[in-house]
Amino acid sequence: MATMTDRPKKPVRRRSFSGRDKVTLGFFIGIPTFLHVALVWFPAFATILLSFTYWTGIRIEDITWAGLDNYENIFFNTPVFWDALRVNVIWLFWFALIATPLGILLAYQIDREIRGHKFYQTAFYLPVVLSLAVIGVIWNFLLRPDGFVNGALGLPISEAVSFFGDDRYNIWVILTMASWRHIGYIMLLYLAGLKAVDMALREAASIDGATEWQTFRKVVFPAMQPVNIIVIVITIVESLRAFDLIYIIYGGSGGLPILGVLVFQNIAGEGASMKGAAYAVILFLLSIVPIIAYLRQQFREDVK
Amino acid sequence: MTATLEPVEQKLALQKRKNSQKIKDRFISVFIGFFALVWLFPILWTMYSSLRPYAEIRANGIFSFPKVLNLDNYVEAISRMELPTYFFNTALITLPSVFLILLLGSVMAFIVTRYSFKFNVAMLLLFTAGNLLPAQLVFIPVFKMYLAIGDLVGDRRILYDSPLGVILIHVAFQMGFATFVLSSYMKTIPKEISESAQIDGASVFTHFFRVMLPLLRPPLASLGVLMTTWIYNDFFWALVLMSTDKKRPITSALGRLQGEFVTDFNLLAAGAMIAALPTLIVFFILRKQFISGLTLGSTKG
Repeated sequence: MATMTDRPKKPVRRRSFSGRDKVTLGFFIGIPTFLHVALVWFPAFATILLSFTYWTGIRIEDITWAGLDNYENIFFNTPVFWDALRVNVIWLFWFALIATPLGILLAYQIDREIRGHKFYQTAFYLPVVLSLAVIGVIWNFLLRPDGFVNGALGLPISEAVSFFGDDRYNIWVILTMASWRHIGYIMLLYLAGLKAVDMALREAASIDGATEWQTFRKVVFPAMQPVNIIVIVITIVESLRAFDLIYIIYGGSGGLPILGVLVFQNIAGEGASMKGAAYAVILFLLSIVPIIAYLRQQFREDVK
Repeated sequence: MTATLEPVEQKLALQKRKNSQKIKDRFISVFIGFFALVWLFPILWTMYSSLRPYAEIRANGIFSFPKVLNLDNYVEAISRMELPTYFFNTALITLPSVFLILLLGSVMAFIVTRYSFKFNVAMLLLFTAGNLLPAQLVFIPVFKMYLAIGDLVGDRRILYDSPLGVILIHVAFQMGFATFVLSSYMKTIPKEISESAQIDGASVFTHFFRVMLPLLRPPLASLGVLMTTWIYNDFFWALVLMSTDKKRPITSALGRLQGEFVTDFNLLAAGAMIAALPTLIVFFILRKQFISGLTLGSTKG
């Protein structure tokens, strides 16, 4: 945003707008703002308020104040909440420690234009284009009792491993599926970031005798600050809000407990309880720190 | 810069390092190549299976040598799963959504970057932050509002269970992202262009549609491709805001079809491949726009 600061100090001349211009401006500002506020911010605040109430969701008059009851109910009387939180935390650690670093490593190698890098690049981000619904079908094809993996293990259908049903395997299988998409996405973001890092910086470090790892850690990685924050935000937000993949596999009930699905179970349908609203608020609060960090980075210069 | 006391020795050392790097690179290339094949395998396997009749796999197992490879599953999937209906539903939601997101997003970006109102930054922050809220946080009130508006106008399905409602929520949400991306692009367009338009007496309307909009073509193309894939692939909103299956887009429908066609999995594989086809086509034809779209928000400044 160099253009913002380089601009001469003189403010844009304030002109008096003609009547027609005023109408145009009114529409230009009014329509998008109304839509956005009415369908995003207003409902978000309403959900936060509703999470402190009892309401069967039919008549506005029936809303009664509940204080912290919904939250108490979730924290102390809903063991599945803690199960789900555990899964989300494992998901987060898996993404942060395995999937995201792998994506960065791939981006780094592909950026050096090793042989075949164009093909590799395409292969890794192909899953990013696919809908999670399609991904669900594709992996089910490999993992079903009469699918490829059980076949390759030589197990007949009667002894086949139930990869989605067995608690010992399901979380790892699902994390593999999620990583299949996440790694390509991170790689793509990082590749774009690496392209922007000045080659001369790296060459200078190399001539000064820095090893590859030192160059990456001390020169390239710090230069990638903006991308790093986005990668962190995406990693945290995707781990905490994961929903689609689990829904596609288990159809919204049972299976692997995860916060996104718990919220869905409690908010969808006519008989939604406000415990669902409390769940949604918890989901929101968990991801608020990285979001604020991201907004701060993007708006630092603007606010000045 | 490299002219030190022993330039020859240094050159030799550098050469040696380059050679060992070459060998290392060959290794890395082979390793990543193997990894890439593993990556593609699930898609290739599903594609291969979709070309084989299920009866043959039942009789001889999945590793049997294929006697028949044809498109029968595809033909059958299209008719039995009523895929054309679902594709039409998808188009009915995706195209207007993307059009409105781009239009309203660029209008908003135009206002916050070209006219200095006091609340410019606050507006931009409002839109960008709004885009980051979880969908689950806004769902309950949106659902109730849709029903209430429906009761008000006497048609319960004007927003709920209708493409219009899904379009509106997509537009409201993604407009924030579009505004953010387009405004950072617009800041790189010289102010002088706008100033001369204003001196020439262009109205706000002309200034936007004739002067600014044509300059926004590159980010609009990238954003358009990205939004099309996002909305095409989304199924949360269509799932919770629609109750009639026949109105749902193809990705939401795939979930139900998975249960229904559980006994004929090769048919389902063909269905999934068909559902993936439009995004794959967009991806291979507009790869440049797709990639710059995905990285739009991240390489600002």
